[in-house]
Amino acid sequence: MHLVLFIIFAGFCLAGAINLLLQSHPINSALSLIVVMSSLAVLYLLLGAEFLAIAQIIVYAGAIMVLFTFVVMLLNVGTEEKTHGSKVAKAVGFPAAAVVLAVIATVVLQAQKQLGAVILGDSLTTTQDLSRVLFRDMLLPFELTSVLILIAILGAVALARKEGHS
Amino acid sequence: MPFDQVPSSWYLILSAALFTLGVVGFLIKRTLITVFMSIELMLNAVNLSFVTFAHEWHAVKGQIFVFFVMMVAAAEAAVGLAIIIAIFRARATLNVDQIDLMKL
Repeated sequence: MHLVLFIIFAGFCLAGAINLLLQSHPINSALSLIVVMSSLAVLYLLLGAEFLAIAQIIVYAGAIMVLFTFVVMLLNVGTEEKTHGSKVAKAVGFPAAAVVLAVIATVVLQAQKQLGAVILGDSLTTTQDLSRVLFRDMLLPFELTSVLILIAILGAVALARKEGHS
Repeated sequence: MPFDQVPSSWYLILSAALFTLGVVGFLIKRTLITVFMSIELMLNAVNLSFVTFAHEWHAVKGQIFVFFVMMVAAAEAAVGLAIIIAIFRARATLNVDQIDLMKL
């Protein structure tokens, strides 16, 4: 059951990410990114992170992607212009990306013996456990994050405001 | 292999694949917004490996890290998209090839 769910949603993740690269219109890329983020939420649930799964849907697939699609529509971004990059960059760049993936995969596969397996319902981190650590050991970083978000909101308003208005 | 378990390394390899796709997207995409989306994809890939390791070692702090990454990503998206709007006002384009000067 777990294996089936993993394969289905890992497939959705990869398909969405590849589709993000292939689409030429930003709105299509944004929609495929929503697919990636929602499938990641299911994978978080499989890993027993129930709070993060919901937060992933609400914060990423909800708030952040709404912001992205809103900006795409607000600026009326058209289809991406095709540019012919240099042949050298293509010939070196894509193999280089494949090498990065191969190196990470090799390291992970070598460490596979020390790593265990994920069993469904094996260890569930409840919201209670998470908030106990968050509000006891990590209280200061948490409060600092709220200040950071406040500054980000003010910065976003200040940057996006039309010039000339005070 | 039993049907109800998946090796942790598969999750890590999925995370690596998503990260690599994010890097490729960051390099080949020509629209500023899509470049920004590739950055979000890379952040998500790293989050997945954080959650996997948190599950592996039963460490709740790994999940707290993901929580903070999400909050910072939300702040970053708000500021980044505001900057994109400001750039579009000044240049009337979002093509990264044409946005190559700091000054107007």
